[in-house]
Amino acid sequence: MVSKSRDVRRRLKEKAARKEAQLKTMSDKPSKPKMKWYPTEDKPRKLFLRKKPQKRTKLRASITPGTVLILLSGRFRGRRVIFLKQLASGLLLVTGPFELNGVPLRRVNQRYVIATSTKVDIQSVEIPPVDDSWFKKNKKNKKRSKEELTDTGKSKLPETFVNTQRSIDSQLVPLVKQVPFLKSYLCSRFCLSYGQFPHEMRF
Amino acid sequence: MVFRRFVEIGRVVLVNYGKDRGKLGVIVDVVDHNRALVDGPLTGLARQTINWKSLTLTPFKVKIQHSSRTGVVRKAWEEAKITEQWQNTAWYKKLCARRNKQKLGDFDRFKVMIAKKRKSAMIHSQWKRLKSQQQ
Repeated sequence: MVSKSRDVRRRLKEKAARKEAQLKTMSDKPSKPKMKWYPTEDKPRKLFLRKKPQKRTKLRASITPGTVLILLSGRFRGRRVIFLKQLASGLLLVTGPFELNGVPLRRVNQRYVIATSTKVDIQSVEIPPVDDSWFKKNKKNKKRSKEELTDTGKSKLPETFVNTQRSIDSQLVPLVKQVPFLKSYLCSRFCLSYGQFPHEMRF
Repeated sequence: MVFRRFVEIGRVVLVNYGKDRGKLGVIVDVVDHNRALVDGPLTGLARQTINWKSLTLTPFKVKIQHSSRTGVVRKAWEEAKITEQWQNTAWYKKLCARRNKQKLGDFDRFKVMIAKKRKSAMIHSQWKRLKSQQQ
């Protein structure tokens, strides 16, 4: 009987093994589909980007604080402005000054600028703490109350803008007036006439 | 006699093309109908053959034999005082003025423009005055 009992035990073992294998295959297959349909297109997802610390744009050697620049694009194209400093984003902080030619404190890319050899000595000028965030518009209150609108329906400039512009203008204008013809030079616009080729000209 | 400047040995020429542009030299030899052997020991012009097309004849002449050496050319040049004579010409002054004008920066150009305006305004006002006097 010993042999029989051994036989039975073996068969039981085999049966258990089979069942286990069966269960295993069962668990591999999904018992029922989780979704009735699948999307035909992949969902758009963001690309994986390696974020490197951005290098600060190298300032052209011909541009130093006080350099008179000629703007080449934008609504102030052709205007001569004074360079104040380079911002963290690499853009140049310039101003007309506003009092003379209407160019406010503004950011420009040095690509869209001609640097002239004329320089205004602005060492004594205290440049207001203006950075890139200063230029960002406040989008929160889109609907402006009537107090913020001028008679023509345009929004008023915040006081901080006006005051900062005034403070820089009041410092720059006397410096500009010291140099003969510089004031009218900054007030005038740059243009090319016949026979003038910018690549052959010196600035 | 219509022509006063001839292609001849010893004729002082102005180079008006290439890297030696603006330099003076002396015709030392005529190579063919295209080129001349030119030497300018005092103007920084190396002895070389230059195409006639890039040479302009000046009214000056130096007394040399053809194919003279550089030293001889230099002596003849100094004797004839070519440099001084050349610098007194209106031609030279005009070239200088043109060169100086090219060196002007943007602000200088602006100042020139203002000066020109003032000049023409003065002329115009005088012209008007004289005209009214005549009538």
